[in-house]
Formats: sequence, C-alpha cells, structure tokens
Amino acid sequence: MTTNKSTSLFESKQVKEALAQSFVKLNPKMMIKNPVMFTVEIGTAIMFAVCISILMGANDQGSFIYNLIVFLILLATLLFANFAEAIAEARGKAQADSLRKTREETSVKKVKSEMSDVSVHNLQTSHFLHLTSSQLKKGDVFVCEAGDLIAADGEIIEGLATIDESAITGESAPVIREAGGDKSSVTGGTKVLSDKIKVKVTSEPGESFLDKMIALVEGASRQKTPNEIALTILLAAFTLIFVIVCVTLKPFADYANAPITIAAFIALFVCLIPTTIGGLLSAIGIAGMDRALRANVITKSGKAVETAGDIDVLLLDKTGTITIGNRKATNFYPTKGISFDDFVKSAVLSSLADDTPEGKSIIELSKMLDVSSKMQSDISHFTDNILHTIKFTAETRTSGVVLKDGTNIRKGAQDAAKNIAQQAGNAFPEDTAQHVITISSNGGTPLVVIKNNEVQGVIELQDIIKTGMKERFERLRRMGIKTVMVTGDNPLTAKFIAEAAGVDDFIAEAKPEDKMNYIRKEQAEGRLVAMMGDGTNDAPALAQANVGVAMNSGTQAAKEAGNMVDLDNDPTKLIEIVEIGKQLLMTRGTLTTFSIANDVAKYFAIVPALFITAIPALQGLNIMQLHSPESAILSAVIFNAIIIPILIPLALKGVDYRPIGASAILKRNLLIYGLGGLIVPFIGIKVIDLLVALFM
Amino acid sequence: MNTELLGVIGIFLLTIVLAIPLGKYIAKVYLGDKTLLDPIFNPIEKFIFKISSINSAEEMNWKQHLKALLSINMVWFFLCFFVLLFQGSLPLNPDNNPSMTPDLAFNTAISFLVNCNLQHYSGESGVSYLSQIVLMFLQFVSAGIGMAAAAMIFTAMKERTTEQLGNFYNYFIKSCTRILLPLSAIVAIVLVFSGTPMTFEGKDAITTLQGDHVEVSRGPAAAFIAIKHIGTNGGGFFGANSAHPLENPTYLTNGVELWAQMIIPFAMIFALGFYLNKRRLSNIIFGVMTVGFLLLVVPTVMSEINGNPAIEKMGIAQTTGSMEGKEVRFGPAMSGFWSIATTVISTGSVNSMHDSSMPISGAMQLLSMMVNAFYGGCGVGILNYYIFIILAVFISGLMVGRTPEFLGKKIEAREVKIAAFIAILHPLLILSGTALASYFAAHDTAMGYWFNGNATGWLNNPGNHGFSEMLYEYTSSAANNGSGFEGLGDNNPFWNITTGIVLLLSRFIPIIGPLAIAGLLAGKKYIPESAGTLKTDTSIFGIMTFAVIAIIAALSFFPALALGPLAEYFGM
Repeated sequence: MTTNKSTSLFESKQVKEALAQSFVKLNPKMMIKNPVMFTVEIGTAIMFAVCISILMGANDQGSFIYNLIVFLILLATLLFANFAEAIAEARGKAQADSLRKTREETSVKKVKSEMSDVSVHNLQTSHFLHLTSSQLKKGDVFVCEAGDLIAADGEIIEGLATIDESAITGESAPVIREAGGDKSSVTGGTKVLSDKIKVKVTSEPGESFLDKMIALVEGASRQKTPNEIALTILLAAFTLIFVIVCVTLKPFADYANAPITIAAFIALFVCLIPTTIGGLLSAIGIAGMDRALRANVITKSGKAVETAGDIDVLLLDKTGTITIGNRKATNFYPTKGISFDDFVKSAVLSSLADDTPEGKSIIELSKMLDVSSKMQSDISHFTDNILHTIKFTAETRTSGVVLKDGTNIRKGAQDAAKNIAQQAGNAFPEDTAQHVITISSNGGTPLVVIKNNEVQGVIELQDIIKTGMKERFERLRRMGIKTVMVTGDNPLTAKFIAEAAGVDDFIAEAKPEDKMNYIRKEQAEGRLVAMMGDGTNDAPALAQANVGVAMNSGTQAAKEAGNMVDLDNDPTKLIEIVEIGKQLLMTRGTLTTFSIANDVAKYFAIVPALFITAIPALQGLNIMQLHSPESAILSAVIFNAIIIPILIPLALKGVDYRPIGASAILKRNLLIYGLGGLIVPFIGIKVIDLLVALFM
Repeated sequence: MNTELLGVIGIFLLTIVLAIPLGKYIAKVYLGDKTLLDPIFNPIEKFIFKISSINSAEEMNWKQHLKALLSINMVWFFLCFFVLLFQGSLPLNPDNNPSMTPDLAFNTAISFLVNCNLQHYSGESGVSYLSQIVLMFLQFVSAGIGMAAAAMIFTAMKERTTEQLGNFYNYFIKSCTRILLPLSAIVAIVLVFSGTPMTFEGKDAITTLQGDHVEVSRGPAAAFIAIKHIGTNGGGFFGANSAHPLENPTYLTNGVELWAQMIIPFAMIFALGFYLNKRRLSNIIFGVMTVGFLLLVVPTVMSEINGNPAIEKMGIAQTTGSMEGKEVRFGPAMSGFWSIATTVISTGSVNSMHDSSMPISGAMQLLSMMVNAFYGGCGVGILNYYIFIILAVFISGLMVGRTPEFLGKKIEAREVKIAAFIAILHPLLILSGTALASYFAAHDTAMGYWFNGNATGWLNNPGNHGFSEMLYEYTSSAANNGSGFEGLGDNNPFWNITTGIVLLLSRFIPIIGPLAIAGLLAGKKYIPESAGTLKTDTSIFGIMTFAVIAIIAALSFFPALALGPLAEYFGM
C-alpha cells in the first residue's frame, strides 16, 4: 500500500468524481447536516426566486444580470463547499480502494464444520467445502497452504506459516505467524508463502476493521467527533447571530428610509456567517482520517484520532520499541594476565555454536575490533577443530565448545561461571568480579568466559537503543507527552536504559496487570493514556487506555480491545498518530479563526454599500474606496466564495504542527490565521472590486 | 484642559490602586478567612442567619445556588411591585406623590431588582420615601446577588472536582454586610458633608435672589446615592441623577461617586486572583478589560474636549469643549470619562446628558453596553467576561491542537452550547427590541393601549438621532445599565413592558448560564497541566479573548451603529 500513496493532492480522476458529487450533495437532505451551508442554500434558493420574479416583471430589486450573478456566486459557494467534502471523500475512497483490492473475491477451502477438530495435516480434499471469501462467516474455519491468499481476517488455530503481508504493509519481508501466542492473527488478502495453517474467521463479512475504516473514510458512517459537535454548535451560534443582525436590519433600514434589496441582504448574511469553516469542516475531518490511513493506521472511529491529539502519557514496550529486539555485545574485558586477543578468541569460540542473537553479536563485535583481520584465519582454523558444542541448558546455564585438543571453553552468567571455576579449585579473579559489578550497574548483562575452568574475562552485553529514539522522546516531551517504558528488566537495568533512551518514567519487572494499574493511576489523575500492544494479555490495558493501538500482527483479542490497528506493526507509530490528532484540531481552530476574522472586512465592504444611497454620509465608512454599492457586494461574495477552494489544500493537508509549546503555537496561528484573516479580505475584496469595476 | 485630564487620570489610577487591597479583602471574605472586621460582623450575620433559619455552612451545588437566587429575587420583585403600586396610600409620603401605574411599577420593580435602574419616572415626583427605601434595599441586594453569583463561580474555578460550591446565602449576606455596607457608609458620609440631603422631611421652599419661589425636593438621598454607585445600580434619587446639584454637589463628590462605581468591579477581578491564588490570571483579565475601556474612553474624552464641529463651523470658539448637556462644575473631560465608566460598568448613573454627547461619544457609550464585558456590574461583570473566556478557550484550544481546557477542566459541547446561547442573547434582545420599535416608528403605527398616539410620538428627534435613542434604550436595558439617552418618551406601556422583559431576560439568563457552566466544569475531572496545555494567564490568550469579544460583541452591532451615531458623525 505504501506504493499506492498518491502524492498529488488533486488527481484528475478524483477531481472528476468530486465535481459530480458536488452537485449531488446539493440535495437539501444532505445539506441540512451542515447548518451553516444549509442557510446558504436557503439564501441561494431565495436569490433564484428573485431572479425569476424579475423576469416576471418585478422592478424594485435591481437588474436581472446583477441578481443572476449574485445567485451564481452563491451557487458556486455551495458547490465549492461540497467539492471540498467530495474531494476529501474521493481521496479517502482511493486510499480505501487500494486496501479493498486485497478484499477481492478469492476461493477458499472451508473446513466442514464437523471436521474442524481434525488436525491440519490430516485434512483431505473431501473435508473441504470450496467457497468464495464472501461466503465465509464469523467462526468458520478454513485452511491455507503455500501460495494461497488468505480469504478473511482470522486467527490461526493450528499450524505455522510464513506470510507475505506486503499487500497491507508494503513491507516485502515475509513474517511468521503461528497458532497460540501473540502472533496468531492473519489479515485477509495477505499470502501464505510456506506451510499450512488452519484459520478461524473472526469477523462477519463487511465488518472487519478494514471495512469499518473504509466506511469511515468514505463518509458513509462517519459520526461527528465531540470537538466537531461543539464546533458545529459554535458555528451555528455565529450563524444565528447574523440571522438576527440581518433580519433586524430590515426595520432599521425602513426607519432610515434606506431600502435594501434582497440580493444585498442575502449577500451580507452569506458573507458574515462562517461559510469558510462551515464549508471545509467535514473535509477537514475526513482528511484527518485519511491521513491516519496513509500512515497505515486503521482507526475504529474518528474520535480515537482526535483523542490521540490530547494524549498526556504514552506507554511503550522496551523491547522492539525503544531498544532493538536483543542485547548486543559491546565490550570485552579480559582478566588480568590474559591477553586481549586471546580473550576475544575464546569468546568467539564459545559463541560459534551459539545461534542466539547475543552469540552472533559477540562474533560481530570481534569482527569490528582491530583484532579481527588476523583472527579470521584463526577462527576458521578453530572451527575445523571443534569436537562438539555444548548447548545452553537450564542446569548448567552455560554454553560453549570442546575443541579436538580437549580445550573446554564456556560462557555464562557470573554465578554459573564462578561455580565451575571454584569447583575446579580456581579463584574468581578480583578484577573480573569488579567488571561484572560495573557492567550490571550500567544496565548491561555480563557474560563470563572460562577456558579449562579458568576465568578469562567478561563480555559486556548491552541493550541497544534504536537510533533516533532520544530525539523522538524529546519531541514528545515538548508536545507535553510523558513517555513511560515498560520492561521485564530489573529496576536497575530499567533505570539505566530509561535514562539512556530519554524516557520520563519506566515500569520495571512489569507484569501485565502492572500496565493496567499504571494506566488507571494516570487516568485517575486526569491524564489521557495511549499504549501499543500486541499480546492477548495486553488486551485489558489496551481497552483501558484512552488510545489503544494494536499491532496488526497481534492477537485478535488485542485488536478487538484497542481502538486502532497499526498495519506496519511499528511501535513508534503513536507519535505520528498524536500529530495527526493535533493537526486535525488545529486545522479546525485556525480556519474558524480565519473565517470569523474575515467578517471585519466584509462588514466594511457591505454595510456602506447598503446605506450609501439613502445616507450619503456613510461614504466615510467605505474605507476600501470600493467602486459602487453593487461592485462592493459582488466583490465581497466573490471573495467569500473563492476563499473556500483556495483553502481546500490546507484543509486536506492540515495545519503544520510543531512542538513549540501551546502559547507559542497560539501566537503563531493567531498571527497567521487571525491577523491574516483580518488583512487578507481587505486586499482580496479591493482587488476583486478593481476587476469587477472594469465590467461595470 | 490639562488639569481636567489630570483629574480624570488621577481618579482612575487611584481606583485601581485601592482596588487591589480591596480585592484581597473580598477574597478573604469569600474564603471565610479572618479579617479585622470579624468582631463587628460576626454577630450581625449570626443574627440574620438565625432569624431566617439558614444554615450558612451547608454546601450547595450549582442548581441549589440558582434555586435560592431565583426564588429570593421573586419575593423581592413582588414586595417592590406592590409598594410602588400603592405608594400613594402608604406612609412616608410627605410630598403626596401618586401611586405608579401597573406598567411603570412593573418596569421600575424589575429594573431595580436586576441592578439596572432604568427609571422611567422622576424621583422628585414619581416615588414616595418608602418606595425610595425599598428601592434602596434592592440596590443593596441586587448588587449582593451579583457578587454572590461571582463568588460561586470563584469557588467552582478553585475546586478540583466537586459539586459542593459553598452556601449561596452565606456569600450573599457577607457581600452585603462586609463589602457593600461599609463602603456605602464611607461614600454617604462624604456626600452628607458635601451638602447632599439626608432627611425624611418633604420639600423645602426657598426664595431666590430674583424673588422666585422654588420648591426643592429633599429626602434620604445621601444613603441612596452611596449604594447607587457602590452597587453599580445607577438609579438616581432625583430625576437628573448625578447631574443634580444635590445628588452630586461638588467636584469632590463627583470624584468619590466615580470612584465608588468603579471600585467593586475592579476589586472583584483582583479578588479572583487572590481567591484562586492566580494573580497572573486576574492581571491579564484586568489588562484586557482596561485596554478595552481605554479604547472606549479616549475617543470619547477627545471628542468632548474638542467641542462640536458644527458650532466650530459657525465660527464660534469653544475653549471649554462641548458643553451642551454638561455641568460646568465637571467639564467635558470628566463628563466624557464618566459617561464611559458608567456604561462600561453598568452603573447607568449620569452626570451629563448622553443625548447631548458628540456622536462619537454616543457610539462609544452604546458600544460599552453592547460589549458589556469590560469590568461590568457588581459581580456580574466577571460573569459576562467568563462567557467570553469559555469561547476563547474553545477556539484557541482547537488552534493549539488539544481538546480545550480551562483551569484543568475540559470545555465540551454542553458548555459551548450554553456560552454560545448567552453570547447570542445580548444582540438578540437589543436588536430585536430596537427592530420592533423601529418598525412601529417607520410605519408610524397607531399604538392603542401601548402608547398614547402614533409610534413616532415617542421620538423627540427624527432621523439617526431618534434611532440612537431607541437603540440606546434597549441596549441600556439589555446591559442592565439603566442610563438613558433621554429624549425618548419612555413612560408608557410599550416601553415599560418591552424593556421590562428585556431587563428580566438579560439579567437572569446571563447569571444562569455562567453558573451552569462553572457548576458543570467543577464536577468534571481535573486534568493536570502539561506542556501541551494552553495557559490562560498569558497575554496572548488575553489578546485572543479580546478578539473574541470584539468580533462577537462589537461586530454584530456594526450595522445598527452605522445607522445611528456613525451616520450622525459622518454627517456632521
């Protein structure tokens, strides 16, 4: 899907679709959902009636052409607003379509229900019903073999398989999914590369997360979020104020003997009500969902994205998120009397047969060190000499090799190594004991190497913090978000890593209920908590968190519990989600401010125009020196209309978020959108008036 | 000229300086902290609570506060209404003034109940001394009501998560006894010593040097005038209000009366800072209000000092500035300043005739009441501003990308709904009232019962100025201000009843709204501040609030102002 991301804001296909939709959306039944634009529609209808009445002979409303132009501009205003919504929907739809491609009908081997207990390897063709994916129901069991497309979202109940999830994540490396544990979930549309699995369908057709997200982006089932509702109320209130202003103006004007044409009334009204934000509001909301989808995050509701912007605390698992999955060797400390080269040699030998990431990292480190080149031959020499390898067991808690010449090299935890040495009558050297302590207190893991029961030295293993994490946490801190690392490590190690990574707090020796308790504690203090998780035992915490992001690779339970699913399984994705949430609110706030600030200039354009004929003295209010009352009114409504399409790109992309602190953001946005909103229309209306005057 | 301006600036600064310690004292009173005046007031309050069997320690939620507030107001309304209706036959009526007509009694009772004092009558001939005393009682309690409502909001802002918002009667009685009463006593004493009458005897007769025989009205005026200003009521004892030589005899009393009307609105804002222990917040609020106030005052004082350009064109020098409708002992600068102070602060007492002000001053006086959120009346000023804070918090909260919060509480759809409703109400009442009157005037409708004759009859000036008179009357009512542009025939059923309704709605709904919002917010979960939280005690937030006020409150009146004072101004 990554490859499908459209880069341009307006693609011709989407634009065509949106243009058609702009007219469809004129239907008053659809329009009434947006009170601001609905009143514009009423105004437009009245103008239409005025035009008709002039054709029928009415002569107190000015020329037909003038009224027709006002009518057309109002119609354009409506169409522009509809277009904004439609283009946002079209973009979302395009995005959804690329996801939906994965949903195409595929044939599926459904296991007959009476056979569902038969082991996957014993199933035969006669046990299957050959169906298409759309016929699958929740709870059905089907089988996939190498080369099959998985027909529906589900959970592996038996077997293990490598799966190509690139259709969803864009990541080409295959992943392993297996029954039981936290990696049992499979997504419809992904492809089994090897082995055979039995999958239980977890959602009814059309109700998977993806289907829900598609519906959300397409606007069909989009519900307004709490902030959007509150803003709609405020905008309705502004509209109402200007209804009052315009209606009461009629008797005022009667009293002042200043007749006002219907066109002027409606122009004043439409210009004053916040049409800019009113027209763009739903587009902003849809675009926010769309941005989440582009980040490969499936949200179950728009509210979740909005809540993400409010997050105060972020819980992150250490392993895989803050540190790369495994510990790595970072240092060799030979015991006094042992040469560095000899020690490294022993360390490498002890790890040759060690397939664990730690073992591999020891060999990698030795290669990186200066000693490597001359050791390369030695190592191959040694490899030939290995008699047998000793695997790690729970009893010995060491692993190593026995060479053909009888040399026995082992490595293991300090106490295990100490035992071996002391049993053989060798003392545990002081300096090595000291190194062990230093390494532990630095958050590392010491591995002691012994050769023929004599201590050779100690290898330091360290958690490696992913690059760029510190900067990310710093960014989060500046956004006002506290980061908490969750780890099974002991408190000492946890503290060290927490400090090195730059997280604000940590939960050490964490059990699943600890996460839950931490979330509850923070929530009781009024903070909003986000977390990511994948395991079934994360599910309660994911449900408890205000924003719970489940990995797509996680268990069904985890996905059900959270309110978002990350298709990329990227634990740092939350940062992006938070920014998307903030952008969503900011875009609404700034465009509201812009829209309302515009009113000042519009007042100064229209109010003198309304009264100048009857009260010439009010020419003094015409500070823009507009050409004539008609040109002033036309300029104001034209400006009011064209500002909507001009701002569509901003509505779709969202206002930039920078973590510079709330007051600084307010200052910046107030300067750009508040002051800008005050000045821009003065210039815009004047320029349009100059152009309009050419035709008058 | 310069000494005139110095006098104005001196009084303004002195009020601010004195408002800070008074604010600290007010905060202590509401917090229940010890003050020096405890030995005097503790027994008095105990007695009041005992005879009215009130348990002043009982905590109330916001709905109980409202219930208490509204029910006690209803009782007072009927008390006052019946006294006015039958004052002619009741005692303490040495001048034998007649009883009021029902519509005038309705209007007067309401207008004193709501701290407005619109006064469609003249004090000398319209009311008895008993009525004056009842009205004076309302001047105390209506101010106390506003302050008690503000005190509940203070408590709601202070508490983390609670329904318990203190006791209404406790806040109310203490506002009257510990704040209004002592301050009024001081002002009354200054007035008495400056020549204001304080007697229950009827009219006195004098013979002037020319030999004319003049009957001079008297009465218990000093006490009345003191609370009229301390309680930001503004209802004059005499018809000419504070332009009357006995109501405001000297430059000193003028200064004291000016100080008296500004002191509590100023102090309440500082009290908020002391009460919440957020001095910065109250300083920012005070700063925004002061900027707004100065933007209204400066053009007014300038245009009054510069005199009338129409007279200038006739070649007549106006060395003393515009003096039409002004008292020589106060001069144009002080009168101009007073006219804005009294309209901004919702006092509504006048020491010059606003009808005669320059058009720009008239526009500013109107605008002061249209905005109705700078300083404002006793207690209610801060309530009005609170609504704009809620709206500003909402918009700017969105602008910084976070669900809006104010003092740790989320502002959600319900609060926005209430705040938006209150914000609409003010222009709705003013504009629809004026529209109604304009409609009748434009069509010169025969008014029947409502007005003796045709509608234009209530206008003493045609054209733009007549429009300003009608606009001013409804604006003054909706702002619970009570000053009049005058020149309008307003003692008739049409004006008495329509403004009475406006008064009632514009007093109680803007109290109910903020109280409800504060009560709802108090019950919400407290959210600790983080780096992402928008701070409300910063100047940038102050600017935001100012912008919201300017756009909502001021802009909706732009067309109306254009047809009234602005048309006059440009036509001069």
